[in-house]
Amino acid sequence: MQADTLSGGFSDPARQSAHAFRSVREALGRPGTIQDISGARPPAPLSSAAGAALLTLCDTETPVYLAGNHDCDAVRAWLAFHTGAPPTGPTDCMFAIGTWAALGPLSAYPIGTSEYPDRAATLIVECPSLTTAGATLTGPGIQTSAALSLPELTAFQSNHALFPLGLDFIFTSGTRLAALPRSTVVTQEGAF
Amino acid sequence: MTMQNDAYNFAYLDEQTKRMIRRAILKGLAIPGYQVPFASREMPMPYGWGTGGVQVSAAVLTPEDTFKVIDQGADDTTNAVSIRTFFERTAGVATTTTTRNATVIQTRHRIPEEPLTEGQILVYQVPIPEPLRFLEPRESETRKMHSLEEYGLMHVKLYEDIARHGHIATSYAYPVKVEGRYVMDPSPIPKFDNPKLGNMAAIQLFGAGREQRIYALPPYTQVVSLDFEDHPFVASKADHPCGMCGAEDSYLDEVIIDDAGGRMFVCSDTDYCEGRQTAGHKGKDAA
Ligand SMILES: [Zn+2]
Repeated sequence: MQADTLSGGFSDPARQSAHAFRSVREALGRPGTIQDISGARPPAPLSSAAGAALLTLCDTETPVYLAGNHDCDAVRAWLAFHTGAPPTGPTDCMFAIGTWAALGPLSAYPIGTSEYPDRAATLIVECPSLTTAGATLTGPGIQTSAALSLPELTAFQSNHALFPLGLDFIFTSGTRLAALPRSTVVTQEGAF
Repeated sequence: MTMQNDAYNFAYLDEQTKRMIRRAILKGLAIPGYQVPFASREMPMPYGWGTGGVQVSAAVLTPEDTFKVIDQGADDTTNAVSIRTFFERTAGVATTTTTRNATVIQTRHRIPEEPLTEGQILVYQVPIPEPLRFLEPRESETRKMHSLEEYGLMHVKLYEDIARHGHIATSYAYPVKVEGRYVMDPSPIPKFDNPKLGNMAAIQLFGAGREQRIYALPPYTQVVSLDFEDHPFVASKADHPCGMCGAEDSYLDEVIIDDAGGRMFVCSDTDYCEGRQTAGHKGKDAA
């Protein structure tokens, strides 16, 4: 086991995960806002924000799919040591992590059932940057409209069309994160 | 390291339980009004004292939060004091009775009169989360009804009220429809509070301990009280001003004030009433 597998977790798990959860909850409860999230120093290519989100939400009960370059020895070992989350493929994961290109196609993930729509995957999308510009967002959590730099439009529109089923997304970049629940209506910039 | 065995758990619950509750809260926010099942834990207080709300509060509190607890509008009931003390001890959070100073407010049966803001979270204690329960006792059936949006029976029940009483007699736990999709029980708040549920700036989280359900309303969510064109919803209250502060816009409790059966109407929200009195407002029964 390498030294960096053992390090980079929360030094004070209860308090740091309470703060990290607040960031994730604010992001998902207020789509289009960008939140700071810190405390994790995971191995590359995992961002600090994605690492903190995984430490806060994942454990032995939550199968995680590592997509593309995120499926490497360093990330696998770090995640196993700090969360115990079992690695899995996209079809039966609760969380998935990777770049937008690596995570596709979205049809592979569980979207919940009509009686249990909560049994759907949450995708953590690693982004080169995050800005409050781009696609227009409306829906629950948003007073009038918001804007967020999404990797594309149609995938999120098709996902919203499945509501109350569908995937939920967390976007991470460095030590920042934003989110897009299935309830959000996504339209082209300036369309609202 | 996460594997350490803390002798002292921040906010009482172990980290694994908090993660499970946090995941349920996120799914609840993503599907407003839908009841997310969770594995409720035993808490060091009886079920009637709001163990669902307590578990949700434990999962959302950070050490920097300022916590307020209201029980039917009051901060000083045994229930409210006990929950407030519990989190002072286990989470070391500051507490307050002043609505605007609180960042997390746990409530039983009321929404504060003062409008909540974006920095705040309102956590409801919920006894019965299923609005269809009194129409259909089987969980397997109510789950199916929600999935098919089969809410006709609910309207029939409300209409029977009208046939019998000339108006909708349901005055607490008045059912609402969230974002045009899920019918939700807002917990036993008076229907006077229903209009505050929708378009609220704060995040609203609902925890039912015995029934093991969590549900949520993100900020600015559309929430509509069920009604009929010929019998629109009315957020009624006692037709009096508050005897202590003179407020005409607040929800009132009727209290007996002497042995001769004298009564007065007074704000149920004690912080609101005291704030108004401090600001110089005076009702007809004020000393
Ligand atoms: Zn008053």
